[in-house]
Amino acid sequence: MSAIEAPVIEATGLTKRYGRFTAVDGIDLAIGKGEVFGLLGPNGSGKTTTILLLLGLTEPSAGEIRVLGLDPLRKPLSVKRRVGYLPDQIGFYDHLSAVENLAYTARLAGLASPEAGKRIAEALERVRLSDVRDRRVSTYSRGMRQRLGLAEVLVKGSEIAILDEPTSGLDPQSTQELLDLIRELAADGVTIVLSSHLLSMMQSLCDRVALFRRGRIGLIGKVADLTADVLGGTHVVEVEASGVDLPAVLAGAPHVSAVTPLKGGRWRVDADADVRADIARRVVNASGALSEMTIRQSSLDEVYVRFFEGEDHDRAA
Amino acid sequence: MTGRREGSPFSGLSTVALKEAADHMNSARIHLVMLLVLLTAIGSVYAAIGQIKATIGEDQFLFLRLFTTAQEPLPSFVSFLGFLIPLVAIALGFDAINGEYSRRTLSRVLSQPIYRDALLTGKFLGGLIVIAICLLTLWLLVTGLGIVLLGLPPSGEEIARELAFLFASFVYAGVWLAVAMAFSTLVKSPATSALCALTLWLVFTVFWPMLAPLVAGAIAPVDLLDPMTAVHQIAVQQGLSRISPNVLYGEATLALLNPATRSLGLLFPSQLSGALMGAPLPLSASLGLVWPQIAGMIAALIVLFTIAYVSFQRQEIRA
Repeated sequence: MSAIEAPVIEATGLTKRYGRFTAVDGIDLAIGKGEVFGLLGPNGSGKTTTILLLLGLTEPSAGEIRVLGLDPLRKPLSVKRRVGYLPDQIGFYDHLSAVENLAYTARLAGLASPEAGKRIAEALERVRLSDVRDRRVSTYSRGMRQRLGLAEVLVKGSEIAILDEPTSGLDPQSTQELLDLIRELAADGVTIVLSSHLLSMMQSLCDRVALFRRGRIGLIGKVADLTADVLGGTHVVEVEASGVDLPAVLAGAPHVSAVTPLKGGRWRVDADADVRADIARRVVNASGALSEMTIRQSSLDEVYVRFFEGEDHDRAA
Repeated sequence: MTGRREGSPFSGLSTVALKEAADHMNSARIHLVMLLVLLTAIGSVYAAIGQIKATIGEDQFLFLRLFTTAQEPLPSFVSFLGFLIPLVAIALGFDAINGEYSRRTLSRVLSQPIYRDALLTGKFLGGLIVIAICLLTLWLLVTGLGIVLLGLPPSGEEIARELAFLFASFVYAGVWLAVAMAFSTLVKSPATSALCALTLWLVFTVFWPMLAPLVAGAIAPVDLLDPMTAVHQIAVQQGLSRISPNVLYGEATLALLNPATRSLGLLFPSQLSGALMGAPLPLSASLGLVWPQIAGMIAALIVLFTIAYVSFQRQEIRA
């Protein structure tokens, strides 16, 4: 783990037990200012608990947390004033309009009403809910609710935004809209911590990710580094060839880290660079017949699957 | 945890209280319950006025009779209140906390810079505000009705007694609000907590008056040869029945609105020697008489609120 200069979120040995069940088991975490940090892992692996601990909404059994240099347990109000939170499956007061809902939380956050009114109008404009601002939230779709939740984070003017499963249960278009908004937020310099199962989204959004497994962080780092670490390469080449023994042909080839046979005379080659030309040359030199070759960048999905291979999901959940 | 917490536990309190009060005022549930209270109140007072007019006599406290006179088949205004105030309070509080869980708004609200104290206390205060407004309106309505239909204004002492009665009603409603809120923190589902609170209400209004004599008979049997055992049994029975806030409220209203009430317990002829039977007690003496009842209700309110508070503070946000 590379050292982060002046981290805005720092956790050391963070542990949370519910009775005999350990939800978070001694995690260490440092998130730098302006970073987009992803928490990845199956359900019940401790992501949401970690988020609640960071916000001071639940007390750790052991360990230390610093958010913006403050202890969320000792200075909960200062921390909560500067950190915005979009909970998993966000709920609003359904009988109130979007504006009324935001006005309530703005008052709780201690904003004076003229300032709050201005910020609410701006935030609703930004999440494209201005047209329906006076409609009851009960008429809102799931995607609109999530955007309203993001508007709340905007109204608060948070330095850190913690988003728990922001896109779960959204259709692809709403997901895309929400992701664009999160990108805009990140571009404004807001530090973003988000948890998700959507790996492709994490890959495109996050600077760094942490993979949770049974309350521990199994891996942490940049997406590219993780793919290299877990899969042994960032590129995957699928080769269909006959008349050669590909592993033997590619033995000692530069950049190639693994050759795995697939079915039907195909192989999968993991590499940390585009090695197609080299493979083609070697296959032809060995008098083999190369019939097909495709390349793709290895994705977080594969890291995830590989990392959790053999994991007993029921026990983790 | 050691050390002082940062900031005031009450920042955000007034925001929560006003929002809750506004929500209640707009909710169909409360409108319905209020309509029920209003109709029964007007009905009982109207009947009482008819009765008073029919049996007009020299009464120093004619106006107070508005509240206490019952005409078959309608019970009096105060007995209606004793019956319906808990219903109003339960309607206001039964889903205070578990409703936030089921709407999934709790974590969002608590991620704002407030303490849990502010949320719970604010919700309680919001309910009390609504109750206070309702009781005051009801009282003004009844008084107005009385002035118009009886054609005489209430005297100063009558108003003072009515205000004391209003305060007792307010505390009584507070007890039931605290009951409802305690259930709303202890029980996860709003429907279950409403049922729990209504069950308790039913027990205290219907079954408690039947149970108290039975239990007292078992605890303190009467020995026919020892008359003191009978006195003892009555004391036990009264003690038991006073566990019910309804009984405390009934006794308090009786002494406040019926100035001739001299005692709320057993009275021996020796204690009455020299007393003018039927002569009203001064207000201060009546207040002294009901003070234990009022104090008992306030104590119950505080205990119930503390139960709700402790259980809410220990709850995990994640339901």
